[in-house]
Order: sequence, then structure tokens, then C-alpha cells
Amino acid sequence: MNNIQNVSRRRFLKGSFVAGTFVLGARLVPEPLWAAASSAAPVVFQPDIFLGIASDGTVTIVAHRSEMGCGSRTALPLVVADELDADWSKVKIDQAIGDPRYGDQDTDGSHSVRSYFDQMRQIGATARVMLITAAAKQWGVSGKECTTEPGFVVHKASARKLSYGGLAAAAAKLPVPKKEDVLLKKRSEWRYIGKDNALFDLPDIVTGKATFGMDANMPGMVYASIEHPPVLGQTIKSYDDKEALKIPGVKQTLTISPFKPPHQFQPLGGVAVIADHTWAAFQGRKALKIDWDASPNAVYNSDQFRKTLESTARQPGKVVRNVGDVDAAFAKGGKIIEAEYYTPHLAHASMEPPVAVAEYRDGKVLAWAPTQNPQAVQETIAGVMGIKKEDVTCHVTLLGGGFGRKSKPDQVAEAAVLSKQLGKPVKVVWSREDDIKFDFFHSVAAMYLKAAIGPDGKPTAWLQRTVYPPIGSTFDVNAKYADDEMGLGWNNLPFDIPNHRAENGPADAHVRIGWFRSVANIYHAFAIHSFADELANAANKDSVQYLLELIGPPRRVPLEYKPEEQDEAKRYPLDTARLRRVVEIVAEKSGWGKRPSGKGHGFGIAAHRSFLTYVATVVEVEVDGDGQVQIPNVWTAVDAGTVVAPDNVRNQFEGAANFAASLALLSEITVTNGVVNQGNFGDYKLIRMDRAARHTHVYVVESDAPPAGVGEPGVPPFAPALYNAVYAATGKRIREMPLSKTKLV
Amino acid sequence: MIRFKVNGTERTYDGDPQMPLLWYLRDIAGFTGTKFGCGMALCGACTVHQNGDAVRSCSVSMGEVDGTSITTIEGLSTKGLHPVQKAWMEIKVPQCGYCQTGQIMQAVALLNQNHNPSDQEIDAVMSGNLCRCGTYQRIRAAIHQAAKELA
Repeated sequence: MNNIQNVSRRRFLKGSFVAGTFVLGARLVPEPLWAAASSAAPVVFQPDIFLGIASDGTVTIVAHRSEMGCGSRTALPLVVADELDADWSKVKIDQAIGDPRYGDQDTDGSHSVRSYFDQMRQIGATARVMLITAAAKQWGVSGKECTTEPGFVVHKASARKLSYGGLAAAAAKLPVPKKEDVLLKKRSEWRYIGKDNALFDLPDIVTGKATFGMDANMPGMVYASIEHPPVLGQTIKSYDDKEALKIPGVKQTLTISPFKPPHQFQPLGGVAVIADHTWAAFQGRKALKIDWDASPNAVYNSDQFRKTLESTARQPGKVVRNVGDVDAAFAKGGKIIEAEYYTPHLAHASMEPPVAVAEYRDGKVLAWAPTQNPQAVQETIAGVMGIKKEDVTCHVTLLGGGFGRKSKPDQVAEAAVLSKQLGKPVKVVWSREDDIKFDFFHSVAAMYLKAAIGPDGKPTAWLQRTVYPPIGSTFDVNAKYADDEMGLGWNNLPFDIPNHRAENGPADAHVRIGWFRSVANIYHAFAIHSFADELANAANKDSVQYLLELIGPPRRVPLEYKPEEQDEAKRYPLDTARLRRVVEIVAEKSGWGKRPSGKGHGFGIAAHRSFLTYVATVVEVEVDGDGQVQIPNVWTAVDAGTVVAPDNVRNQFEGAANFAASLALLSEITVTNGVVNQGNFGDYKLIRMDRAARHTHVYVVESDAPPAGVGEPGVPPFAPALYNAVYAATGKRIREMPLSKTKLV
Repeated sequence: MIRFKVNGTERTYDGDPQMPLLWYLRDIAGFTGTKFGCGMALCGACTVHQNGDAVRSCSVSMGEVDGTSITTIEGLSTKGLHPVQKAWMEIKVPQCGYCQTGQIMQAVALLNQNHNPSDQEIDAVMSGNLCRCGTYQRIRAAIHQAAKELA
């Protein structure tokens, strides 16, 4: 029933690694990390804690990033295995606990491969050199005469070979070579990188053996379901649990203290029903009677708030990028075009709702959770409970989807807090209604754009303003400007326009705001690429040709970078040649221009760079007599630099089209008097197979450039490409998400 | 006393007959391959077979289970050898994988009744199963592939 408990770190060291095991990292960093102890000196980043080889040839590679469906738990170990020349069928993956010695573990921002590709190569290659040295010594030959094949060192001249398992003990006694003495494989020598490898967990997933957070158990645990305050910041005035306690299986109720502002990832507070099983806990909650205190957030009505955002967007805001002089250019005249765009709050709605199991004992917490960020679990629980974060051990299960929601571990803290009160392990299970009503929501946003078009149809000036409650509001009650989100498609417009200004206006948050797959790129790309299409139509030009003219000649777009972004700026300059190329690919593959749009059929295009990946998407739509939209085809070209797992990249972009189809066509969270109106898949609608993109054709550009993101970049261009197709098909311009808000017939 | 079978084994249950089968399977019997997604038969993550038909176990009470035979993903093939599971692996359908056991159980029930479903027939049956990762295209392809193998 519970295979998770069989992989404790302590057993990993003492069980999996029998005598003679070659643990590369154990001699480079303090051994206790393998055993989840917390006494060792902190190491900022030590890549070589990731690999061990047993004398039976089993190669164990630590996955320190979380697996939520993007494939990083497979991709990074695959990189180690390739450089090591390991036999992938003999590789075991051990999921890391939260520990800063692994480096950053927050699996967000589409950067697992990007940030760790080089280090993982180095780890594998270093171990390979040591195994070769050990074999050469034994044979009395030069290491240069030796090569490897999966799992073996080979001396071709004498037709001898030795297994990695047999060499492990000897290799463990050798000095670790310097980085400059370790030769990485040539690209042409890669066995696994760039090939179509399956997810490591695929067999377990299709047999139901895969352990998600929902499946984690601890002996003697009880179940908890929590009634949260309906309005953010409400506290309990009084409550009555008499009826709840009559439900069979309900044991007791407990309160959880409200958060101290800023809310960060702290529990929301509320009343927990403790029971023998999940269903009893759910039933008990329905029988609770709770009187809540007032909260200033009860004034929040998303309909009215929209007007506030839109009116702010019409006013000058904080300038976040300025090129030339927009005002002077507007004063010179030309054809002026203005448009406003609006997007609602969204809920992540990962198929697995938030869940966690935790035990508090002797001042320490042990937790199992489907978290994108086990170190945030440590920090959050430490903060809420007043213990050291080193005294919080967080094991990471598979995640049943994450999309940014599971970077916020409030439910893990709830389990820990309840366990302390009960003196036994507690599993907290959120219902779907809890998940949707108490999310860290994707922000509502309003955008205002204005351009002047010259005689050649090209814009002489382009002004853009965006306004939304920032994610910063989760960490700072006074945050009103989206400083951290400007790089997500707003202060880096890749268009060749002489006069351009990007601005950001202030907004207050009244619900929890958080990262959501692709984040602000969603509304920024929606506004920018819808507007680009509006200009193309105003100029009476073909949308693809116009887009290429806007992007302009191949060049590196000069952008301002923060000091911490300098390295990224050097490795990943904004290169319009790469953006043009993906546009040209999808135009060709989709047969752009060969079939005229109109009469309910149309093509639309958008191209957006996010998470350092260049993506262009053409969407084909058919709109029937009832205004129902179908998506027969999507063509997406992706330049993500070097790609580790191409088939997984195609899967990510196929999925991104449907994730984006949900928000483009159907999904919307609204709030009345501070209370979220939606609660389950009946009113928070997601795309289903019958309306999903029927065929998504993904073209992965072959590239030697450094790896970039693949989990998120497929989402942003989809909605504007879809809406541009709807315009081509019907003449109706969509300026508000989702499409269901606009009547097409 | 409620008597029924799970994956061929006789079982009894004498608790609250209103308890949904889902929570019996997960919290009491330990068949965690059946997933909780919505509790309202809106997402299909909890799909199992009752006397061979696909049902949403979150919305079938233990009282309704009396005298019937339940099959969960664990009863399909623990080695992943069912043609539908094999097709799922060959096409590399899953991303996060959470909904996929429900998808597979729904697909198996579909193919038991319709050996060669069209795209439209697949859509009609599979649209009750949500996948937030959006793997629908591969699910459809895997069902066609499994149909070929079963033929």
C-alpha cells in the first residue's frame, strides 16, 4: 500500500549502498546528506551529492527537482547517466528531500534543465573518468586507451572490459579529478540526450503504483479536512461542532490559527475536522457551524474591480521600458489605434488537490508532500511552528500536476500544526472546492495599448500599459506594482518600433495571488499579440507578414538587465533571428495563406518568447452556426535550445495547447464580497477531449544553444493565436478572456 | 453486511453504506491507484469497473456495491500488460500521470464495448475524464492503438 516509506534516506544509504559502493559525493561533501541528517555545515551548491554506484552495478541518481508532469525527474538523471555512460535500465532514481545543499529545488520557472544541465553533465563525466582510471590501473594500461560502453569500461586493444559495479570500490579510493581534467562527451556521442526516452515513472503510472501525495501514508495517521475562512483574512468568532462530532468516524475538531500578514505560504486558519478516513472528515465539515469575523477583503467584487483596473490602465503608470519618444511620435499623427484587454483570475486546478501528511515529534517535523519546493516546506513550517528549518524533513512524492500551485506549501504546514496538537501523524486532504476557492490565484489583469501607424502600415509608436495585483502581494502587504513580473513578456517587446513605452499601474490584492503556469506571460502575450493582429488588419496586411515586419531584421534586442540577470543576458540574448525562424516554420507547416479565412473558418498566429524559449503558434478554428469553436489543428514551432527529451517536449507543447485552450475558451474565477463563486469542475470549466485541440503538430528546432524552458512557453502564444483565428473566421475581435464571455453569433 | 469482490477477491464491509466506494478503496482497502479528483463525478480520476462497466467510484455508495464485482487499476494487470496499458506506454501518454489510471479504466471499458471506436465515439466516452496536463491527443491515439492490438 505504501511504497514511499520504503525509500527513507537512512535506508537509502544503509540499504541500497552496500559495502564497496562508490558514492562520489560522499567524499566531497559530508556524508550525512545522504542520510538526511542536518548537522553538517551548509554547502551552497555541491553537485556531486547526486550520484552513487553500487557494486552490483546499480547506479542511483538523485532527482532534486520535483516531478509534476514536466519530466525533469527523468531528464536531469538522464543527463548524468549519459555522461557517465551508465546503462539506463540499471539506473534508480532517488527523490531528494528538501535541503539547500542540493541547490535551488523550487521546480518552477521552467528552469530545471536550463539551470542544472551543465552540472549534471559534469557529475556524470567526473565519475566516468574515475571509473576509467580505476580500470586502467587494474589493467596496467593508460586511461587514454580505455573507452566506455553502458555500464562498462572497455580496453579495446586487449578486448577486456570491467563493469562499473566491479570498479566502484576501486574508483571510490581515487582522487576526484579537477574540472578541467574531465572531458565531456561530444554531442554526437550522446546516447540518451536528444533521444525519445520515456518518463522514468511511466510503468508505475499506468499500473497505479506511482505514489502521489494523495497516496502517502504514515502509520497511525488520522485524516483532516479544514474549513477555511471564506474571505481572506477572516477569523473564527465562534463555532459549533456538535453535529460534526456525531458523524461516524469523526474524532474531534481543532482550530488552526490565522496567518500573520503578509500571508506568504502560511495556513489560512480555520476549523479542522479530524477523522478515521477522508470521507468522514469531509462529512464532518459539512456539519460544522462557524461564525466568522469580518475582513477588509469582503469589499472585493471582481466585477467592480475590473472597472478600477481598466481605469488605472488608462492613466500613465510606472515606466518599465522606454525607447525613443512615444508622446512626440503620437503628436505627429498617423492612424491611431487603441485597444483594451482583460483577463480574469484563474485557479490552477491540478488534478490532485493539495494534500500532505506530516508528523510532529520531539520538536521535529517529518512531512511527505506533493510539493514543487521542499525547501519552502521547511521554511514555512519552521516559521509557523517556531522551530529550525533544519528540523523539518520534507520528502517529495510525485505531484498530480502543480502548475505553480504546489510551490506554496500551506497545506503541508496545516498537517504539521495539526500533528503537534494531536500527537500523531495527520494527513490533510483538500477537497476540489477547497482547491478552487482557496487557491493562490492567477491574477486578474487589464491592459491598454495604443499605437500610431505610419503610411507604410508599420507602427511609428507603441504604448502599452498593464495593471494587476502583483504576486509580490503574497509577500508584502504594500506591494502594488508588478516589478518582478515585468520580465514576463512586458519589458522585452521584441518588435522593431522606433518609439515604444511599457508601463505598469498599481493594484491592490484581495485574494491570494500566485504563480500560475506561464504567469504574467499569459495576459501580456494575449494583449500584445492580439494588438499586433489588430494593427495588421488596420494596415490591411497579412498577419504573418506583418508579424515578421514587426519583429524586424535579425538582431539582438537591447534590453536592460538587473545585476542578477547579467549571466542570463549573456547566455540567452533576445535574438530576433530565432523568433523569426519559428514564425516561418509554423507559417510553412500550417500552409498559411493557402486557404482563405472567413465564413467560420480561420487561422491565427502569435509568437512569444518566454522562459528563454522561442515559440510561434498557428491555431486553426472552425466556428459553427451556434458560435461554438472547434480547434482542428494547432502548429507550434519551438526553439528551446538544446533539448534533452524531444518527445517529452512535444508532449509538453501538446498539453500546453490544451491548458491554454481551457483559459482561452472556458475558465474564469469571479469573486463576490470576497468569496470565490466557483468550486468544482461544473462551474470552473476546463477543456475536455471533445473541444480540445484535435491535432497539435509540434516542431522542435534543432539547436546547439544552451537549453531553455519547455514546461511553460507553449501556453502564452496560444490564446492570442486562437483569438486572431476567431477574428479571421468571424470578424469578431476578442478582447476579454475567456472566449465564452463574447457572443460570436 | 455488504459483500462484494475487489479484483476477484471476496470482501465484506459493515460501515456506513453511504460511504463512497472511492474512499473505501483508498483509505480502507489501500487501493490507491484509484484517484480522488472532484468527488462529484465531474473528472473521472476515480473511474473503476463495476461488473465490467466504468463507474465514478466517488459517486457510487458502498450500499450500491453490495453483490457486485469491482475492478481497479490494480486488478487490470499489475505488470502493465493489458493492451491499453501497453499502448499508454508506447505512445508515452502521461505527463503528471494522476488522471491516467482513471483514463485507462475508462478506455478499457470503452474498448470492451466497442472494439473499433471512431474519433467521435472516443470523444463522446472520454470527455468525462479530465486531464489538466492536456494529453487528450495521445489518449485518443493510444485507444486507437490498443483497439488494433485487441482486434
